[in-house]
Amino acid sequence: MVESRAVRIALRIATALAVSFLYMPLVILAIYAFNPSRLLVWPPTGFTLGWFGEAAANPAVIRAVINSLLAGALATSIALVLGTLAAYAVQRYRFFGRESISFLLVLPIALPGVVTGIALRTTFTTFGVDFGLMTIVIGHATFCVVIVYNNVIARLRRLPRSPEEASADLGADAATTFRRITLPGMRTALLSGGLLAFALSFDEVIVTIFTAGPGTQTIPMWIYQAIGRPTELPVVNVVALVLVLLSVIPVWLAQRIAGGEAASLSR
Amino acid sequence: MPAIRLEGLVKHFGGEPGRRAPAGGGTAGGGVGGAAGGSPGGSAQNEAIVAVAGIDLEIVDGEFFSMLGPSGSGKTTTLRMIAGFERPTAGRIVLHGRDVTDLPPFERDVNTVFQDYALFPHMSVGENVAYGLMVRKVPRPEREVRVADALRMVRLEGYERRRPGQLSGGQRQRVALARALVNRPRVLLLDEPLGALDLKLREEMQIELKAIQQAVGITFIYVTHDQEEALTMSDRLAVFNRGRIEQLGTPADVYERPATRFVAGFVGTSNLLTGDSARAIIGSAGTFTVRPEKIHLVDPAATPGPDEASATGTIREVVYLGPDTRYIVALDAGGELVVTQQNLATSSMEALAAKGRVVRLTWKRQHNLPVGDG
Repeated sequence: MVESRAVRIALRIATALAVSFLYMPLVILAIYAFNPSRLLVWPPTGFTLGWFGEAAANPAVIRAVINSLLAGALATSIALVLGTLAAYAVQRYRFFGRESISFLLVLPIALPGVVTGIALRTTFTTFGVDFGLMTIVIGHATFCVVIVYNNVIARLRRLPRSPEEASADLGADAATTFRRITLPGMRTALLSGGLLAFALSFDEVIVTIFTAGPGTQTIPMWIYQAIGRPTELPVVNVVALVLVLLSVIPVWLAQRIAGGEAASLSR
Repeated sequence: MPAIRLEGLVKHFGGEPGRRAPAGGGTAGGGVGGAAGGSPGGSAQNEAIVAVAGIDLEIVDGEFFSMLGPSGSGKTTTLRMIAGFERPTAGRIVLHGRDVTDLPPFERDVNTVFQDYALFPHMSVGENVAYGLMVRKVPRPEREVRVADALRMVRLEGYERRRPGQLSGGQRQRVALARALVNRPRVLLLDEPLGALDLKLREEMQIELKAIQQAVGITFIYVTHDQEEALTMSDRLAVFNRGRIEQLGTPADVYERPATRFVAGFVGTSNLLTGDSARAIIGSAGTFTVRPEKIHLVDPAATPGPDEASATGTIREVVYLGPDTRYIVALDAGGELVVTQQNLATSSMEALAAKGRVVRLTWKRQHNLPVGDG
């Protein structure tokens, strides 16, 4: 469409405003990560990479990062298995209570984190479970399962049933059909669901606080504590900047998957 | 021993709480169930929909057998029960003397060609065709030979490495056929396999399918709603309506001696004479059918021969079809008859100019057939 010069300029300004609104805080964060001053002073007094070294040498930071990666990976793995099987059962088979189970599976995502957190904490205490990384993993899995379940069930609804029937017709039992036909059809849904689940687990604070033991910290918990100590601020900035850069990867991957999907569907 | 024997086969959809059945319905299965709402039981929620209301049938080994009927008549559901995708509500399915009613699809010696082809999109053509041999653990060298043979039979040699997404509709259809035939089933089930193809390709594939069936000599059970397809390809056919078989016979039987009013209408043009007009023209009460190509258009003053029935009327509509012209004639005695005439010496101008003309219709008395009211 041909638009007037004024409209074109207005649109450009609007776009620039939207982008800067979204990215200005991140830019400021990045600038402070390289600022030699230990305090938040503007304008920056110089340029240093020193805080990166300090962050890398901080054992609490390293331990928190490892905990977060482990919790995310484990919770996502549990969610991929349970969420996929639940979605497959609900979508492909009819059994007593199917509708209710479908509802119950999605409900936890709507529950406030504090409710999930206190419920889990009470349960763990009741059964005498030691608080630590495993309790965090279980806490995170409660919402990760929902994410994977939703992704997979949406895909299963779109996948035609006939290839599964064809597989059975050609002599494959249910397990072979699931492995060779259904699973490849859900592959991208599993990948995007898994990435989203991992990302949610990685920055989760509320449930984590309730389910973490006294000695176990994840990276969001460490940041939340560290901002209370002014001397740690530069390290917080550095850690946050690294997290920003890392989170680009899953978003980029997810976009590529979505793009590939669209291309293969349009064929 | 018949290839297939169906005994009192019944299928209800819904109204079976707690039963493990596929949810959401297959592409065809659900549609059939939903469309059968007119049958007893209605379509109220939680109430069973009767898709198949009692089918008894024997299909001979090596036969090309068609199940013909409108959507919702139960033909696809019957096919899906033979394949093992639907569990019958009642009745038995016997394949070559073995009761398979309770066996899953992968333990039945039948293969299916699906309406939407159901190719595996993430596999190449070669992998698609080899799938049945692979899951049955046929050794690789034999597998490769048989896949090549099957692709040659459907004239797709050299397409092994293509993806289904890179093929045309007709080519996908052939892959689906090769994928089923490569397993050398004793019975091949085909669920409207040509439904998605355009007319020209469909006619080519009809001839090809028939040739393949004769070459491999296995039983074909062919579901279609296209009466022409069923008439040209089948050794025998069953006309389905409301979950039951209305007529079973050879194409000539069904076309020339329709057993019921429904069959007369569904196979060919319905051309019925009923009530007063039947009494006036045929000379007896009841319902009669006359095939449109058996009727001659003559001058209204002409006298019909002693063995001919005759009626006068006015041409209400003329449809020029190329090789033929179809005239719709409003009878003076009441009702309408469709007449088709080959355009042997008639031009389209002459044919179309006949509209509004008063004419006499004559046909040999042996060509008006009484039909039941099924």
